[in-house]
Amino acid sequence: MTRARSILSPFMARPISMVALCLLAFVVFGAVFAPLLAPYEPTAIDPINRLTPPGLAHLFGTDQFGRDTLSRVIQSARMALIVGIGVVVMALGAGVPIGVFSALFPRFGLVMMRLIDVLMAFPALLLALGLIVILGPSVFNSIIAVAAGFLTTTTRIVYGLTLRLKAETYVEAARSMGAGTLWLVSRHILPNLVSPLLVQASFVFAFAQLSAASLDFLGLGAPPDIPSWGNMLAEAKTFITRAPWLLFFPGTMIVLTAFALNLMGDALRDRLDPRFRDMMGGE
Amino acid sequence: MLSFIVKRVLSMLLSLVVASVIIFAFIHLIDGDPVYIMLGDTATPEQADALRRSLGLDQPIFVQYVLWAERVLHGDLGTSLFFQAPVTTAIRDGAETSFLLASLTMVWIVLMGVPIGMIAAMKHGSWLDQGLSGVAMMLASVPTFWVGLNMILIFAVWLQWFPSSGYPSIFEDGGLANLRYLLLPSLTLAAPNAALILRLTRASMLDVAREDYVRTARAKGLKPWPVVTRHIFRNALLTVVSAFGFTFAALLSEAVVTETVFALPGIGRLVVQSIQNRDYPVIQGIILVVVVIYLVINLIVDISYRLLDPRVELQ
Repeated sequence: MTRARSILSPFMARPISMVALCLLAFVVFGAVFAPLLAPYEPTAIDPINRLTPPGLAHLFGTDQFGRDTLSRVIQSARMALIVGIGVVVMALGAGVPIGVFSALFPRFGLVMMRLIDVLMAFPALLLALGLIVILGPSVFNSIIAVAAGFLTTTTRIVYGLTLRLKAETYVEAARSMGAGTLWLVSRHILPNLVSPLLVQASFVFAFAQLSAASLDFLGLGAPPDIPSWGNMLAEAKTFITRAPWLLFFPGTMIVLTAFALNLMGDALRDRLDPRFRDMMGGE
Repeated sequence: MLSFIVKRVLSMLLSLVVASVIIFAFIHLIDGDPVYIMLGDTATPEQADALRRSLGLDQPIFVQYVLWAERVLHGDLGTSLFFQAPVTTAIRDGAETSFLLASLTMVWIVLMGVPIGMIAAMKHGSWLDQGLSGVAMMLASVPTFWVGLNMILIFAVWLQWFPSSGYPSIFEDGGLANLRYLLLPSLTLAAPNAALILRLTRASMLDVAREDYVRTARAKGLKPWPVVTRHIFRNALLTVVSAFGFTFAALLSEAVVTETVFALPGIGRLVVQSIQNRDYPVIQGIILVVVVIYLVINLIVDISYRLLDPRVELQ
């Protein structure tokens, strides 16, 4: 109970963070219950009612095939969550072990960090496009391609944090009492990484939305038969003069989701231990 | 100082070598025979053999890298399958658009990000600060292609103030007036990046404001405005200006999306077209060029940072 309250406290302190939390809950709810919430089948074609403006029958209007935009927007929330979670899991799943290992073994660490520096010279979007060319376009591959760009920053943050933790008196004390590396990592390092990583995860989640949407928009991410906010916008491009609503709804959803995640990251960071706060950027 | 520059240049060259190995590996990681990747599927086995021998692709992979690096150093990035012309020519044709777009975008970023970030920091904690920071975060959460499509809809289709797509060179008919084609794209590309610079300016001004010398300046009775301009702003600017370098390099890659939305004949759209055309040598060439630009800008920023602020020690 107290723990739940302490997790929620940064959100309650600022009303706007509460709004962010509600927005995210809304997106998750939509994604989970998409088939129940969607008024139509998201892929059902209805040529007679093509490009219908928003109205009572179709609250968000229909697209060039007469597919219901509202249903497609709801269905796309799934894609947004899958991609976001996938990217966070991959970036942190690889970044945390590499970062911790590099900090604990300086000789390996120096080489690794050098390599990370080189990888950072590849701008994220170009890196993602290069990987898509090698792997081929698909949902799973776009998760890999986007995660690659966040792997470098995550590894660097984990590396820096672990180096600091290693120098803490209690870690040294534990070591001098004969604690092994595995014990130090599981007892002292990983538990202390949890809250900074939570902050990093929400920012990665937010920016992964934008990168994945860009790949979808360029036609290099989710295939056209799987609705996503990005590929809905790619299709809307052709009809923007005739059907501006096709542009409005999916775009607004991307902005709201990314905005809410960014707000959450900010709120969590403000609550974070001040020693680590400056490592996560911002004030 | 000289030893710092030498060390820094050597380290940059090392990065460049490692990066070049990765970029070299790119073509070999793509599924298929590199020779057919370069010639296209329509090539005859004789043509394939000839190219394989002339590029040294029958040699061990290590020798192949050396041969490739040698060609690149002589300015030969290979031949585009689609254009049937050197990759360097294709990149040069797109360079004007991309460079002007990135430059114009930088102007907006500096004009919007820095002063607004300053105001937010000076009014730290006020409703104005919170409002501006909120807007900045909102802008950072908007996908550029969506901003671009909205700009096209509002300013090109409805109001008809600006052209919606394309860009004729400023060296052709129309001259500098052709820059109006780049106005909407550059504002689009600037939006999220200006927001990041705004946040950075604000954060680094608040950082400097906590320094002892600022307290001293206040304590000796200096008026608030001179404290801000002479002590806080000048020192905070150092961090911000060093971020400009990376921002410019990042713009060249982010332009991929913006140039596609506005159908601008730049390097970014060339990347997307080359992916669609399976024109791998062009993709490889562009990645190489952008990485080199990034590393060179990084080098310049590091050296000038050290020149401007002697306190920064080489780590």
